[in-house]
Amino acid sequence: MSTIAPAPAASETLTLSGAEVLLRALKDQGVEVIFGYPGGAVLPIYDAIFQQNAIRHILVRHEQAAVHAAEGYARSTGKVGCVLVTSGPGATNAVTGLVDALMDSIPIVCLTGQVPTHLIGNDAFQEADTTGITRPATKHNYLVKRSEDLARVVHEAFYVARSGRPGPVVIDLPKDILINKAPYVAAATAAHRSYRPQTQPDAGQIAKAIALLKSAKRPVIYTGGGVINAGDAASDALRRFARKTGYPVTSTLMGLGAYPANDPLFLGMLGMHGTYEANLVMHGCDVMLNVGARFDDRVTGRLNAFSPGSKKIHIDIDPSSINKNVPVDVPVVADAAAALEALIAAWDADPAQPDRDGLAAWWRQIDTWRGKDSLRFTQTKAKGGVIKPQYAIQRLYEITREMDREVYITTEVGQHQMWAAQFFRFDRPNRWMTSGGLGTMGYGLPAAMGVQIAHPDALVIDIAGEASILMNIQEMSTIAQYRLPVKVFILNNQYMGMVRQWQELLHGGRYSESYSEALPDFVKLADAFQGVGMRAQSVDELDDVIRAMIASPTAVIADIAVDQKENCFPMIPSGAAHNDMILGPEHESRARGISDEGLVLV
Amino acid sequence: MNAMNTTLRTATISVLVENEAGVLARVIGLFSGRGYNIESLTVAPVDDEGHKSRINIVTSGTEMVIQQIKAQLDRLVPVYRVADLTQIGPHVAAEMALVKVISDNADRRSEALRFAGEYGARTVDATETSFVFEMTGSTEKLDAFLDTMRPLGLAEVSRTGVAAMTRGTTII
Repeated sequence: MSTIAPAPAASETLTLSGAEVLLRALKDQGVEVIFGYPGGAVLPIYDAIFQQNAIRHILVRHEQAAVHAAEGYARSTGKVGCVLVTSGPGATNAVTGLVDALMDSIPIVCLTGQVPTHLIGNDAFQEADTTGITRPATKHNYLVKRSEDLARVVHEAFYVARSGRPGPVVIDLPKDILINKAPYVAAATAAHRSYRPQTQPDAGQIAKAIALLKSAKRPVIYTGGGVINAGDAASDALRRFARKTGYPVTSTLMGLGAYPANDPLFLGMLGMHGTYEANLVMHGCDVMLNVGARFDDRVTGRLNAFSPGSKKIHIDIDPSSINKNVPVDVPVVADAAAALEALIAAWDADPAQPDRDGLAAWWRQIDTWRGKDSLRFTQTKAKGGVIKPQYAIQRLYEITREMDREVYITTEVGQHQMWAAQFFRFDRPNRWMTSGGLGTMGYGLPAAMGVQIAHPDALVIDIAGEASILMNIQEMSTIAQYRLPVKVFILNNQYMGMVRQWQELLHGGRYSESYSEALPDFVKLADAFQGVGMRAQSVDELDDVIRAMIASPTAVIADIAVDQKENCFPMIPSGAAHNDMILGPEHESRARGISDEGLVLV
Repeated sequence: MNAMNTTLRTATISVLVENEAGVLARVIGLFSGRGYNIESLTVAPVDDEGHKSRINIVTSGTEMVIQQIKAQLDRLVPVYRVADLTQIGPHVAAEMALVKVISDNADRRSEALRFAGEYGARTVDATETSFVFEMTGSTEKLDAFLDTMRPLGLAEVSRTGVAAMTRGTTII
């Protein structure tokens, strides 16, 4: 039974402390960077960190930011992100980041300090029931109560974090375990005793999927974050499969970049703020291939009106995501890359011909929907003209395209996030870091920090709102300390824009508490944190500010004053169907009013 | 699977888990966090070394919800196996109850004793005015026994919850 590690032989002299064993295990797991914040319970670990050079520690200014930074690191590299926080408030501050990583399936190992084992349960100073608090906030968690379990638990935590559907794992480390001598064991080579996620697809299910896909007249490929998590091989396979079939592709917020946004087969993002064509294709398709997406409520809209006439194939590594919200016809439990490769092979092997005439008619229909140009907006170019937020992102995208640099985008949460998803067009995976599931304001700045640590020479931009950015603004200090050239691009409309938009559309224009009163001077704020502040007040200043921001070798906060009244369209109101979209003022059609049922939805 | 089926069904689910700290909290937290019913839950170590425990859960929901419950349980890291005994085939399910009856009335006491005999309950404690009966059987049988005892001075009940197992040679 493997919970009990073999007791060290009596003759064996233990030379390493628990903290040293921990660092050795981290190093063996390939950890190069830890994002953390010290405190009493983790001092032995910090002492061990001080005496080695293999692992770099990045000192954040708040534990929530440590987790988001590790998420940014993980999402932009495909590796497991590592976090170190102290007991009590260190652990509780990390909880938001852990839930964020859980919702978005990001592999994180978070080490939390704990009071010594003999004090656990005594309400000791800075004690919290960390495993209790984080149980629903993590994929799994551990409390190490015996020194001989330490190394095994660390190895196992990394395995659990990165395997199957990835997620955050907490290891709670009592201080005496860190101080006492502990045996080191290498990572087990045998399979985990109980956790063995299925990664290879069932051939019979793949055959059923291909039969449906070949018979489709109005197909769609709907992809999600699972394709990103399955690595470059999955994105590559997705591209080959889509081009082989000629089927249209849409993506969730989490999946952007897995398929190139500028490819003619790509319909743009779907869902609440997705494009007209993507949502109508979802509504009208006859065969849907979902790869690594989870039929989130932001995607489906009203469930009983979701894609009513389609046969659905769902590829997911997590069996609990299948048939959770939407019943599907062909479930395939597998890693996205393995499943896509199997689909490609089976497509080629199957002699049946796809319905080319049907597909051609479908594309003609799609092209008429595309003709609506649902993201259209009108930007005045007159001197002194008010900047449209969409235009600011569009210019940011176009100007970054002119350069030969790797570009990584993070966001906060709100209107700016949706405009970034709509107007910044990603053509590679792992370049887009946003809080999708939890919707955590304050995510973008620390995430950008983590991305910049992983990619020191890349251009890393946090597209932010003036409200969200203040939620983790203290990280400007971390950015200053490590001289990270992170760019913060604030779409400043002086409102919590998405709150204001919902209040306008759903609450009679009563803008309760959504005005950003008493904002700081972001230019001076950048200066105070040893960065450079810039401001664009009107459309004629925008390009210069973007160019100066990108050219700057230091951290920049660019405060872009945008149209305060602009709303994010298209919008499928809560409780509405995909074919019941509100389009922007550029278009005539307005959707029906929102039902009472819809009003209670978030 | 008829996922659109909205009729409720009861499921008896056995879960084989690593016997480690917090595993029961994980299972219970899953049910409360996702709004699933627990009608009965039992847990105890079941292997020689005490490293594996068996959790038996009686729950109810639509077919889609029950499939979700099983999938959610199965993805917990310390879970070895999840078996829906209701679906696998015939199974036995039993629980034990201790039932205290108190009455000053001699007629009622003798009635209680007679019914206990009819139901096959054992008398494990007796005083001049009380009995404690021990009864094992299906949930329905226990419920019926309690209904019978209620007018006869039923004072206290302690039930174990359901233990369940497939019939025949099938093992989970």
